[in-house]
Amino acid sequence: MPAVTETIDTVQSVTEGTYKWGFETDIEMEFAPKGLNEDIVRFISKKKNEPQWLLDWRLKAFAIWKKMEEPVWAAVKYPPIDYQDAYYYAAPVQKVKPKSLDEVDPELLRTYAKLGIPLKEQAILAGVEGAGETPSDAGRMPVAVDAVFDSVSVATTFKARLEKEGIIFCAISEAVQTHPELVRQYLGTVVPQGDNFYAALNSAVFTDGSFVYIPKGVRCPMELSTYFRINAKSTGQFERTLIIAEEGSTVSYLEGCTAPMRDENQLHAAVVELVALDDATIKYSTVQNWYPGDAEGRGGIYNFVTKRAHCRGRRSKVSWTQVETGSAITWKYPSCVLLGDDSVGEFYSVAITNNRQQADTGTKMIHVGKRTTSTIVSKGISAGRGQNTYRGLVRVAPTASSARNFTQCDSLLIGDQCGAHTVPYIENRCMTAKVEHEATTSRIAEDQLFYCRQRGLSEEDAVGLIVNGFCREVLKELPMEFAVEAQKLLQISLEGSVG
Amino acid sequence: MLKIEGLTAEVEGKQILKGIDLEVPAGEIHAIMGPNGSGKSTLSYVLSGREGYEITGGSVTFNGIDLLAMEPEERAAAGLFLAFQYPVELPGVGNALFLRTALNAVRKARGEPELDAMQFLKVARDRLKALHISEDMLKRGVNVGFSGGEKKRNEVLQMALLSPKLAILDETDSGLDIDALKIVADGVNALRAPGFSSLVITHYQRLLDYIVPDKVHVLMNGRIVQTGGPELAKQLEESGYASVQAAA
Ligand SMILES: Nc1ncnc2c1ncn2[C@@H]1O[C@H](COP(=O)(O)OP(=O)(O)OP(=O)(O)O)[C@@H](O)[C@H]1O
Ligand SMILES: [Mg+2]
Repeated sequence: MPAVTETIDTVQSVTEGTYKWGFETDIEMEFAPKGLNEDIVRFISKKKNEPQWLLDWRLKAFAIWKKMEEPVWAAVKYPPIDYQDAYYYAAPVQKVKPKSLDEVDPELLRTYAKLGIPLKEQAILAGVEGAGETPSDAGRMPVAVDAVFDSVSVATTFKARLEKEGIIFCAISEAVQTHPELVRQYLGTVVPQGDNFYAALNSAVFTDGSFVYIPKGVRCPMELSTYFRINAKSTGQFERTLIIAEEGSTVSYLEGCTAPMRDENQLHAAVVELVALDDATIKYSTVQNWYPGDAEGRGGIYNFVTKRAHCRGRRSKVSWTQVETGSAITWKYPSCVLLGDDSVGEFYSVAITNNRQQADTGTKMIHVGKRTTSTIVSKGISAGRGQNTYRGLVRVAPTASSARNFTQCDSLLIGDQCGAHTVPYIENRCMTAKVEHEATTSRIAEDQLFYCRQRGLSEEDAVGLIVNGFCREVLKELPMEFAVEAQKLLQISLEGSVG
Repeated sequence: MLKIEGLTAEVEGKQILKGIDLEVPAGEIHAIMGPNGSGKSTLSYVLSGREGYEITGGSVTFNGIDLLAMEPEERAAAGLFLAFQYPVELPGVGNALFLRTALNAVRKARGEPELDAMQFLKVARDRLKALHISEDMLKRGVNVGFSGGEKKRNEVLQMALLSPKLAILDETDSGLDIDALKIVADGVNALRAPGFSSLVITHYQRLLDYIVPDKVHVLMNGRIVQTGGPELAKQLEESGYASVQAAA
């Protein structure tokens, strides 16, 4: 068998065997009735004990959504989604809101442990008051974690330590109660309710997600991280994340996501809004590992996500880094609107599609302020019958004098049944701006594989090594600890048994 | 050690090896010379198990086991090393990571403990020093942007780290300056031991001044047409392959 065919086989046998996060947690759940109507929206709002303004905001979003059509321009194919045949609220039953990890259902904690989530602070939280001041692992950068299980946030760690710095890191539903003025001031200002079909749906029914507020001049002393887990059947997950970085502040945030293996498709339609004020920096990293479906394309998550950042302040900077290995379909364009003069937007992406996975992903960089700069590095890897599309927009407004963009899109093909497509849109309306675009498409060459195997590497290790090399520019943007995780993940999403 | 009998092989339907008989006893170093296109690299690929080289007849045993039935990585684990005529570039893959991954793969297959990054670095530094190779080589992407000579040195470094039982060097001396030539020779000579054999493919007698072979074979048109001692290489350098052709 030629090397390439063997590699396809290798790669094709992957998903059934190696999606290690496909287990289900047996836990008592509370559901809203199936379907979507105003009553459900009211139900969710009531469950969350929300103020009237937020209910009104949701109802307005719902009214807009009802009039909208699902977008069809992306290069992805899937049967029509019946929005009435899903649950929009599912939550682990909990009598009182947990004050510490101690009070959280142990079954949930076991789930997170299985997922390899560093909830190591358990001991600290369970122990003496004030023990949270010492990081759990000596010498290691602590990571504050917010864990979202289906529709609700179940635990947030390191809260007290962060509060000392004036940092707010909590579930958005909690922020609505504790800091309503901040939520009200910023919610929907980056991604308005009517922005697009999925954003409107999210605005109507979002259940939880993270809220982060970094006060003026504060450098967040640890990584903030949220783990999203879809567990319940026939349930959509609609989380909403809002991050505000005040003047001169810095924060690095990471999200990870997994789901059980199911034959049905499940919808995940998140909205993420970032606001960076003068001299603020937000680094937002994603390791997306939703269940991708089996080799024949049964099951898997539809990941239809709207992520956008406003670089409102001068010299503000937002950097998106994403490693997308999961989901049956990925529809995602983390974007930056560069409003402040000298603001900077970055997008570093690795997207793998294997078997029948489809990804249509990229970014939008909208240059408005003077001397704004953006960098786009996209690495697409297609294997099996995977389809991978980079779709990007670079728009330079007449006001953005001396703006600069550099875009590099590289595609790597493994086998001959997959596809890679690059769709860059460039709209430059400023004479002094400079926009550059480079694109390459390559294959893993037979001689590269043979060279590695001659040195003793198995074929799958060789593929993993070469793919990791191909993605290096992006992986090095991830926070250290997660870079290692991501490398392993890349390897796993392409591995299988050889021969 | 290595025993090749009646080996025939084709590439893309074209017969290249037309019946090779060759035996390299343990502890010996044999040189293979021959005109361009005679099948020297093809032989090295067939021995190391490259795809696309179809074996149509004959057998190869390596310390008594059927080499041709093994996957390339199994052959590597068993101690076969090929220094490529044209070393391959692996963009974005750090040379240190690559070497450590390769070393650990081979160690694992041999039941030896794997080395962590620090342990590896220590071993690698020793070898670099012995071969007078700059440590910078570890930091760069595998063969990316390496000069021709640097690529060959990197092959020798890998050979030194993997400590093979059978090393096939395919024109590792081509394009090297005198100092680098000595590095290659030192690399091979350092491995000389009763359990080590080598097949040195070369066009030039000068390498054989440093690595003195036990035997020299002439490969022409897919066959070994003449075998002799080190003096055969000198004779070829003077009179070319025409004399061999006439004799064969
Ligand atoms: N993949 C291939 N497809 C077609 N022909 C091939 C292929 N590989 C080798 N050949 C042919 O096989 C013959 C032997 O090639 P080989 O590379 O083994 O020669 P060599 O003895 O190593 O030559 P050199 O001294 O130039 O390195 C040549 O005629 C070459 O063109
Ligand atoms: Mg050759």
